[in-house]
Amino acid sequence: MSDVLTLSADVLVIGGGLAGAWAAVGAAREGARVVLAEKGFLGTSGVTATAGPGHWWVPPDPPELRDRAIAERMARGGFLGEAEWMARILDLTWRTLPTLAPFYDFATDHTGATHFRSLRGPEYMRALRQLVTSLGVCILDHSPALELLLADDGAVCGARGVAKQSRQDWQVTAPGVVLATGGCAFASHLLGSANNTGDGLLMAAEAGADFSGMEFTNAYCVAAAGTNMTRAMAYSFARYFDADGRALDIPPGPDSNRHLAAALARGPVLCSLERIPEDIRAHIPTIQPNFTVAFERAGIDPYTTRFPITLRGEGTVRGIGGVRVHGPACQTAVLGLYVAGDVATRELVTGAISGGGAQNSAWALSSGLLAGQGAAFQARAQGKSVSRGLHPAGQAALRPSGAVRPVDLAGARALVAAEMEDTGKNMFRHGKVLERSLATLDSAWREVAAHSAANGAGRVRAREVAAMLAAARWSKAASLARRETRGMHWREDAASADAGLQTRLTSGGLADAWTRFETPERAAAA
Amino acid sequence: MIEVVIADLCTGCGACVEACPSDVFALETAGGRAAIARQADCQTCFLCELHCPADALYVAPNCDTVLGVTAAEAQASGQLGRFRRLSGWGDNPENYPNEHWRMSSVFERAFSMATAKS
Repeated sequence: MSDVLTLSADVLVIGGGLAGAWAAVGAAREGARVVLAEKGFLGTSGVTATAGPGHWWVPPDPPELRDRAIAERMARGGFLGEAEWMARILDLTWRTLPTLAPFYDFATDHTGATHFRSLRGPEYMRALRQLVTSLGVCILDHSPALELLLADDGAVCGARGVAKQSRQDWQVTAPGVVLATGGCAFASHLLGSANNTGDGLLMAAEAGADFSGMEFTNAYCVAAAGTNMTRAMAYSFARYFDADGRALDIPPGPDSNRHLAAALARGPVLCSLERIPEDIRAHIPTIQPNFTVAFERAGIDPYTTRFPITLRGEGTVRGIGGVRVHGPACQTAVLGLYVAGDVATRELVTGAISGGGAQNSAWALSSGLLAGQGAAFQARAQGKSVSRGLHPAGQAALRPSGAVRPVDLAGARALVAAEMEDTGKNMFRHGKVLERSLATLDSAWREVAAHSAANGAGRVRAREVAAMLAAARWSKAASLARRETRGMHWREDAASADAGLQTRLTSGGLADAWTRFETPERAAAA
Repeated sequence: MIEVVIADLCTGCGACVEACPSDVFALETAGGRAAIARQADCQTCFLCELHCPADALYVAPNCDTVLGVTAAEAQASGQLGRFRRLSGWGDNPENYPNEHWRMSSVFERAFSMATAKS
């Protein structure tokens, strides 16, 4: 063990994107000794760093404003959300963002009002790194976690991983562990999502956690073809044309991607941004520098030239599903394990439609603070009583159930990416197609789980493939079980909502993917 | 994807090695300059450029193909340091204020244009 970097802490945060950084803040402000292990670099990793979240932002006065926002969200979200959770994140976000002022240069407009709601990604993450550092958190960059550690009683008590740049394994023991590994983008070209491979979902399942909302995994975003520049703002003005220059009828709003997907299935789709007013064009370079630079380097003036577009799958990132939340501190089903951000289900605050940047970033901030605080309380409650035992929980690609033999991991990665990106399978859903997808993914999962045993740095990629396969199986199983259309979940063979299924869908399992409606009597009566 | 490190500009500070979320770069043992060690891992996020104080990196917007842009082509493009400058991380930041706060009002304009039409 001498070559293993071994640390102990009160709280271990796994993941250093938006939610992980806020989780470290939440724990450190409670006086906990915090270690944060990030797969890439806290500051550039995670989907916030390349984007710019405009948090869900509703003033507290008069109170009717929030009541109305929550009621509207409950209805639009197919009544799968919870008003109490929505009120909590509105309150926490409103009170917390202004505290970033020492590290983020919030703009003041010509009326003298300061704008706290919307932060640009690189500067937001830079500010959070500075805040986290100022609180004495020990940051391990380039240090992906590979597996959780369990005590004899089954509680999560730490994790193991590898420091990629020093090629050294690490082990952190802590009575409170926060998973903040982000959503799973299923290896699509969603901007900034390369590290979002569902690692935390797999680790959570191995520790015994369950999931919720995994059928809501079919958000997509427009990008110029050949690029990953999935910045939505400019496209809110877009008009679309087919290859012959005929205007396509793409209604604006959340359903536009469904119409675009149908059009893309017929042939190339071209985008025009000429409707963007001149005064806005002038500001776009300093609102979204990356959007501007990508077009300049492609030699395209997007305001005068029509350009081909593509849709990039957003998996559970702008989808909704994730680890099921079991309490107000973002506890999971497993003692000692907490979840924050997109690794957790966001149904509580979004319902069955995407929270986009607004609810999702308010959730990342709030669930981060709550989970970090919860993990710190857990550490304090446990005090000096050392939990017994230290059992590594990793299975697939680390401890295969069968004979070790070469496994085509690249093939499995391509397979899961195709199953989850193909709009014919994942956006327009059909029971028969879902059954075939699930069987295909089951078979790929069994091969990896039984026979793959990676070593050294190769463990990171192998675990990513296993995690994406596991998450894709829960997604297909849940999509199959929800035999109705609700929110973003669109069943071609059950095109309307079923009042009996107005309940969240739990899922889980590694050997076999299972599903169960949260209120089964309601589902059974349907 | 990351296309090229302009060796004449790179100071070997290692900022890109640290900041790249996909661990694409490494410092060469001889010379100590940054090199693209794992190009296929690049996620085309442009963030290495933001963190490079020497403006010695060029990322092309294509996310699944390598174009083969040379150092000379990158320098001739006029794009070196452009992303960092626009972001206000480079010289004369006062000329490039972070206007991200305007995003919500831009969405509102688009929404009102769409509803006015229908």
